[in-house]
Amino acid sequence: MKFLRWLLGFVTLSALIIFIFAFLPVNTPTKLMLYLLICFLLSLYRILRGPTAADRSVATDIVGILIIGFCAILAVYTKKDWYIDIAIAWALQSFIGTLALAKFLEGRNFDE
Amino acid sequence: MRSKILTFMVSFLLWMLLSFSPDWQHIVIGILVSFLVALSMGDMFTNEAHKWLNPRRYIWFLYCLVVFIWECLKSNIDVALRVLNPRLPINPGIVKVRTILKTETALTFLANFITLTPGTLSVDVDKENSCLYIHWIDVKSQDVEEASKIIVSNFERILKEVFK
Amino acid sequence: MNETIALIFIIIGITFDLFGCIGLIRLPDVYNRLQASTKCVTLGTCGILLGVLIRFGFTAAGAKALLCIIFLLLTSPVAAHALARGAHKSGIKLWEKSVCDKYEEDK
Repeated sequence: MKFLRWLLGFVTLSALIIFIFAFLPVNTPTKLMLYLLICFLLSLYRILRGPTAADRSVATDIVGILIIGFCAILAVYTKKDWYIDIAIAWALQSFIGTLALAKFLEGRNFDE
Repeated sequence: MRSKILTFMVSFLLWMLLSFSPDWQHIVIGILVSFLVALSMGDMFTNEAHKWLNPRRYIWFLYCLVVFIWECLKSNIDVALRVLNPRLPINPGIVKVRTILKTETALTFLANFITLTPGTLSVDVDKENSCLYIHWIDVKSQDVEEASKIIVSNFERILKEVFK
Repeated sequence: MNETIALIFIIIGITFDLFGCIGLIRLPDVYNRLQASTKCVTLGTCGILLGVLIRFGFTAAGAKALLCIIFLLLTSPVAAHALARGAHKSGIKLWEKSVCDKYEEDK
């Protein structure tokens, strides 16, 4: 049963990747961004599904790091260097947001 | 005072890297802002400013960086293989290790290095007894001494030289 | 030539991002998910930014990308450490097949 689920996921993901690589009539940066979009969708699944609050915080942190990569790809292919500025600012505020979430998790049952 | 001068230099360097144009207006604004930053919170930056002049530390730091990048690549390939394996070969647990490092900066760097090296993630630091609690994805030994030997001794040797 | 090397680095980075996100889905509890996702996604994003650095050379954008790499390598382990500690303090148990939990015993 477990192996069947692994096989299903593997086949779906590789079919998606091969489809985007070979059959979709778009240029290279769009293909790269579509691959990153798959990563976003996987993290969003964890945010929706995650059984505890900590799982959701982890997935939110990962989305924040992935957006930096998105900005970097945009900067390479539009040749505008202020996208990297956005990436730096996003890294800062994502870090602070994650620390705030961690503090919230830690302080929730101080009264025990 | 030394700490304030050091803060001024570091923040000015950071400003020049971010703006990246040797225009006189940028330089004047950079000097002004770095001066304000150094005046207001320069005392928090470092306690031992004289240590920053020792050139041996920088050489050890470069060596440390090379080791770190190699370990980082190894850890990523290791985790990727574990994740893609259909049987999911993990054996997790939280172990306790002992370290000989004392200062706060060294402990911070050690915790960061542990997090980015193969299969380990630091969970908490006990500063009084200088112990670290580490989540290990593939527990090889539950004993404190043996776990310390496997996980931290390699980095301890290098970080001891850097933060001497 | 530069563009080809940059593209190779970006593709390697995106591959590691994908592995990290698969780890986020497949692994059983918070701590294991933190391990896989933090390591792989950090290195993957650093690979993409290294591609930017190679593509632009050491100009304004390249220097900013280098700063972003250093910043990411310094902050993402700290964030992972804080999240793991917060999760343990808020009472989330380890996976039931875990071997040992010395932190719980010492508290």
